[in-house]
Amino acid sequence: MSPRTARLVLGVAAPLLALVAAFAITSLVLLLAGDPVGLVWSTILSVPEPRNIANIINSATVLYLSGLAVAVGFRMNLFNIGVDGQYRIAAFAAAVVAGEGWLPGALNVVLTVAAAVLVGAAWAGIAGVLRATRGVSEVISTIMLNFISTSLVAYFLRRVAVREEGSNIVATREIPESSRIPGIPLGSGPGSEVYGFVVVAVLAGIGYWFLLNRTRFGFDLRATGQSSAAAVASGINVKRMTVAAMLVSGGVAGLVGLPILFGDAYSYGSTFQSGLGFAGIAIALLGRNHPVGIALGALLFAFLGEQSNPLQILADVSPDIVAITQGVIVLTVVISYEVVRRYRLRLEQQHVAQQLAEQVPA
Amino acid sequence: MKPRRLAWWWLLIGLAAVIFALSLIEVVTGADDLASSGTLRAAMVATVPIALAGLGGLWSERAGVVNIGLEGMMMLGTYGAGLLGYHYGGWAGVAGAIVLGMLGGLIHAVATVVFGVDHIISGVAVNIIALGATQYLAGLTFSGLPGGGQTQSPRLGSVGSITIDPLSGGLGSLEHRDIFFVSEVAALLRALVTNMSWLVILAVLLFVVTYFALWRTTFGLRLRSCGESPASAESLGVDVLRYKFVAVLVSGGLAGLAGGFLALVASSTYRDGQTGGRGYIGLAAMIFGNWRPTGLLAGSALFGYTETLGLRQGGTSVRALLLVLAVLLVVLAVWLWRRSRYAGGGIAVVVAILVGGLYFTIDAVPGDFTRMTPYVATLLVLALASQRLRMPAADGQIYRRGSVG
Repeated sequence: MSPRTARLVLGVAAPLLALVAAFAITSLVLLLAGDPVGLVWSTILSVPEPRNIANIINSATVLYLSGLAVAVGFRMNLFNIGVDGQYRIAAFAAAVVAGEGWLPGALNVVLTVAAAVLVGAAWAGIAGVLRATRGVSEVISTIMLNFISTSLVAYFLRRVAVREEGSNIVATREIPESSRIPGIPLGSGPGSEVYGFVVVAVLAGIGYWFLLNRTRFGFDLRATGQSSAAAVASGINVKRMTVAAMLVSGGVAGLVGLPILFGDAYSYGSTFQSGLGFAGIAIALLGRNHPVGIALGALLFAFLGEQSNPLQILADVSPDIVAITQGVIVLTVVISYEVVRRYRLRLEQQHVAQQLAEQVPA
Repeated sequence: MKPRRLAWWWLLIGLAAVIFALSLIEVVTGADDLASSGTLRAAMVATVPIALAGLGGLWSERAGVVNIGLEGMMMLGTYGAGLLGYHYGGWAGVAGAIVLGMLGGLIHAVATVVFGVDHIISGVAVNIIALGATQYLAGLTFSGLPGGGQTQSPRLGSVGSITIDPLSGGLGSLEHRDIFFVSEVAALLRALVTNMSWLVILAVLLFVVTYFALWRTTFGLRLRSCGESPASAESLGVDVLRYKFVAVLVSGGLAGLAGGFLALVASSTYRDGQTGGRGYIGLAAMIFGNWRPTGLLAGSALFGYTETLGLRQGGTSVRALLLVLAVLLVVLAVWLWRRSRYAGGGIAVVVAILVGGLYFTIDAVPGDFTRMTPYVATLLVLALASQRLRMPAADGQIYRRGSVG
């Protein structure tokens, strides 16, 4: 086998191996707990219906944006745990702006997106400034800011909220009909529409790739991430890059809640989906900070999440079991990449040694 | 040796100073719940899980393994305490918490030490797995039990507590007499001798043991050398990977115990989501404490105390803290001015006026804001305190056997 084909085979083998290992470990847990293993897998791995496919793409859209936001920080060795707080506070601000409807129709959408990005960036920027000026670890500050944003949003939500008659749900005013983003139909049938915002997510992915790989800013960011000493030596202002990277990361995080806001919920309430930021960390890690990898990771997580929903009814198994699978996948993927990397290194060494041996006249 | 002994004395003096300051604030602001024995006891209960989680972080990071998975190991601990604590009583619950926490530590150790996976990735994975596993298992084992359900366990057995009756009574009457400073000291002592859970005492012992094990034994020196310079340690014959492995296991056990404390002492049932991010807070407290047990304890206490204030008569207590903040900002401003840093001093004065003005315009801080007190306080202290933190030199780096060359 030539080195090139070997590389290709190994590249495909690594993630497959990881998936198989993750499924095996999950099966083991199910077996130990005495739950029906076969039924669980046949439910999860069944072919999804159009309605389910739409749901999978929808939640993947949201997870993808979250993963991108985390990945921006990771490329500079910044660990932004705060995406969770950033997207919630940004989605709340966006819902208020959109609900007020100062501008008509599509202009309102543009204004809302801008507001969300600004608020997300500002919230993350606090951690960036603290890191740059006071040397506060961004891990701590973003954790604290997550909790602070929860209380802050709760306080302001109570201030601006409109309460529906006979309901306990507190929420912001609904977005006017003219500023909702229509879904993209995916076959016929109820509920089989994909968020229109998926287009923005794809654009964000392309933007991420372009910014990091084709601009001076991206180069500086990656250089700082790989070696801040070398970055300083080549004239990069590391402090400014820290703040800038946090701003970009927070700005992307600001987008996370918008697909739900514009395509489904139309308002921010106490029941707005939370915890997306933490899923984003896992997905960014799974996708190795690569825009396409993150997309695959988001789709995989969304697939597992959607397909596990009927487990409770069909197999009397708690859908939480897939969280175990998801966590194990994160681990097995990196382990198998590491194992394969070492194996490939050895193959290459052998190959080179062989070539050298042939060159030397006997 | 001398400087060390001085450090312990300073801790006592610092504690007395804090109590004195609190007494003063109580008199000035009329917020009388700042140093009552009830507040202090609740603060103790809030501090211990954070401190134990941080202690877990200390063990693993001193050996050079970053442990963001503390939160997950704590979750496993709450479940272990719930399962065994219900069936076999309180102390079995403690054992269950430690064992399940160690199981989380085992995953992290195998991934990071054996396979050389990035520590953050592994920690995040542990958190996801633990969240899924505890919720899945809780539904499986607690639903159908009397008083239990899909997301929570029945009432758990107790680990017991001690009260030194004569002391407790006497100190109680002293506390109620409202003598400046004396009553507050009495309240502190009373909190220590009334309904003191055995698990709190165990936690304090673990701190002492950790200090001696890590800083006073050969084992500890070797373990810490793995976190500072694993290559040098290995060249001197230390089995680096084994030390790291053990450290992460201990770390998991301590984090599990922290979770067990939440289930057994703080609430006496297991509930989904009981940890509420305390594993992360413990990690923050450890960084805050400069990777040292005493600093970590101070950070956890700051957090536990402000959290408690927010939950008890939060409105008035947290309002009193605003005045403290204003005064501290004025002090900071004077300090900055004397160092000719006029811009910074000016900002400090403006913020001090704003905070002071807020104190005089409101009667009580709204509930949502009192709940964010611990987080804001931590951020402020970190931002204002000078950053002389130094983490173990090889913390978070992947080490392979034979890297010495």
